[in-house]
Amino acid sequence: MNLQEPFDSYRPRLASESCESRTRAHLEEIRKRQSLNAFLSVFDDEAIIEAKRVDERFARGIAGPLAGMVIAVKDVLNMKNKETTCGSKILRSYHSLYDATVIERLRAADAVFIGKTNMDEFAMGSSNENSAFGPVKNPRDESRVPGGSSGGSAAAVAAGLATTSLGTDTGGSIRQPAALCGIIGLKPTYGRVSRYGLVAFASSFDQIGPFGNSPRDVARVLQVIAGHDPKDSTSSTLPVPDYLSAMTGDVTGVKIGLPKEYYSSALSDEIRSTIDRAVQMLRDRGAIVSEVSLPHTEYTIATYYILATAEASSNLARFDGVRYGYRTEHAADLAAMYTKSRSEGFGAEVKRRIMLGTYVLSAGYYDAYYAKAQKVRRLIQHDFFKAFEHVDCLLTPTTPSTAFRMGEKMDDPLQMYLSDIYTVSANLAGIPGISVPAAGDEKLPVGIQILGRQFDEATILNVAEALSGGNQ
Amino acid sequence: MAVTFVDVEHIAALARLEFSDVEKEQFTHQLNEILSYVEKLNELDTAAVEPLSHVIELDNVFRDDIIQPSLSAEIALSNAPSRSDSHFKVPKVIG
Repeated sequence: MNLQEPFDSYRPRLASESCESRTRAHLEEIRKRQSLNAFLSVFDDEAIIEAKRVDERFARGIAGPLAGMVIAVKDVLNMKNKETTCGSKILRSYHSLYDATVIERLRAADAVFIGKTNMDEFAMGSSNENSAFGPVKNPRDESRVPGGSSGGSAAAVAAGLATTSLGTDTGGSIRQPAALCGIIGLKPTYGRVSRYGLVAFASSFDQIGPFGNSPRDVARVLQVIAGHDPKDSTSSTLPVPDYLSAMTGDVTGVKIGLPKEYYSSALSDEIRSTIDRAVQMLRDRGAIVSEVSLPHTEYTIATYYILATAEASSNLARFDGVRYGYRTEHAADLAAMYTKSRSEGFGAEVKRRIMLGTYVLSAGYYDAYYAKAQKVRRLIQHDFFKAFEHVDCLLTPTTPSTAFRMGEKMDDPLQMYLSDIYTVSANLAGIPGISVPAAGDEKLPVGIQILGRQFDEATILNVAEALSGGNQ
Repeated sequence: MAVTFVDVEHIAALARLEFSDVEKEQFTHQLNEILSYVEKLNELDTAAVEPLSHVIELDNVFRDDIIQPSLSAEIALSNAPSRSDSHFKVPKVIG
């Protein structure tokens, strides 16, 4: 059984190849690839029981749209009665009290959950080296990082440990690991998918999205999880279009912009030449490609790290050892209990971001940093809105380099932050983005990013389909 | 606006975190490096720009004030590090 085969491709054979046998095969593969450290919990027996139930429903002709799909979930999403650690010691053995909305919807569509995936602590990181439960390794080369923060979810799909997976993307945490592991990763428009049940990192940036081995697979997952949810007041009431029907792979007349600021000297030759080949292919198939400008690009990382750390310092104030999570044994009074529980429970990168966020929000600095960054955020969003007056989508590299070696950037937080240079802008502007793998000159995959207008996932999915070889 | 060792101690206290002197030195260095990088935002004149706090168009979101089912006290307390009857239990407030 080919465990990297897209759901869309094996779905017609479901009647003869049971969901149970596929689930068992994935469970076996998870055991074989334990060295990847992709999972924090695996639902062995329960996944098989669920798969049998799906097979029964399939036989009776009442199965949902995701029957036969085996899905892994980033450990930042709540699943009732399951552990949700967020990759942090502070939440070790925390058991969720309810299902996130995305989990409810996937369950109702008959997806089988196989386990919860490793991640950078509280989704803060670009290499998955910040997990309290050890780093995830890149399935393509175990001496390299899988990217982060959804590194476990990306590695799981790339290695065939699950058909698809869910990640979250606050500054690139779906698209960057998708690029480094050679799979598809989609960050929907802010507000397209309910965040109810997602443990918050930076609430004005966070968005849940799928990983898959084909654009059609991520479209099928998006189709199920997208849409308004009264439990998330920032979720949009706009109708959800039929994504698959838009994915003809026909790009005739589609206007694609290349932001000139994204093709600077920082980009490696290998990535540049891979992008050039993709652009030529899209041109050959009728796309109209032109250069555009996003003049505030050089300010994106600075703006992002002020706003996201500010929101994080506020969101993570809830971890105080009172109601759940780790509590120190060494405190005589309440104030010491807060301080020691947090200091012993959080890892280094989380503390660094809480410190930076607390600083930029503190008395005397709020206007200089936080308010200033909010204004620049509008300028950055305006750049995109202007560009989308002329083109339908933008094509960029997902990352400035291919997967880097473990440990390479751990001592230099600023260098690590700069690896998000091409992805954070979508979160600042609230627009959707997808990373599509392409073969590089060397053996490591290269990610091509397509960015679209708000709520126009259909266009970027269609371009992704064309890049992946649909409608040839 | 250079961050000093004393500033780091003040921010840590606000964030309810504590660090060794070695860590405080490290934070002083790293925060200064990150903050000097973000200083570049001052190159931009933003006097006439409205701050952006929400990226999609949304008006106020209201709902009817109707009681919905919610977690029982027993379930809500199930992850408590320490409890007493239907309360979360904490160390004494005044040390």
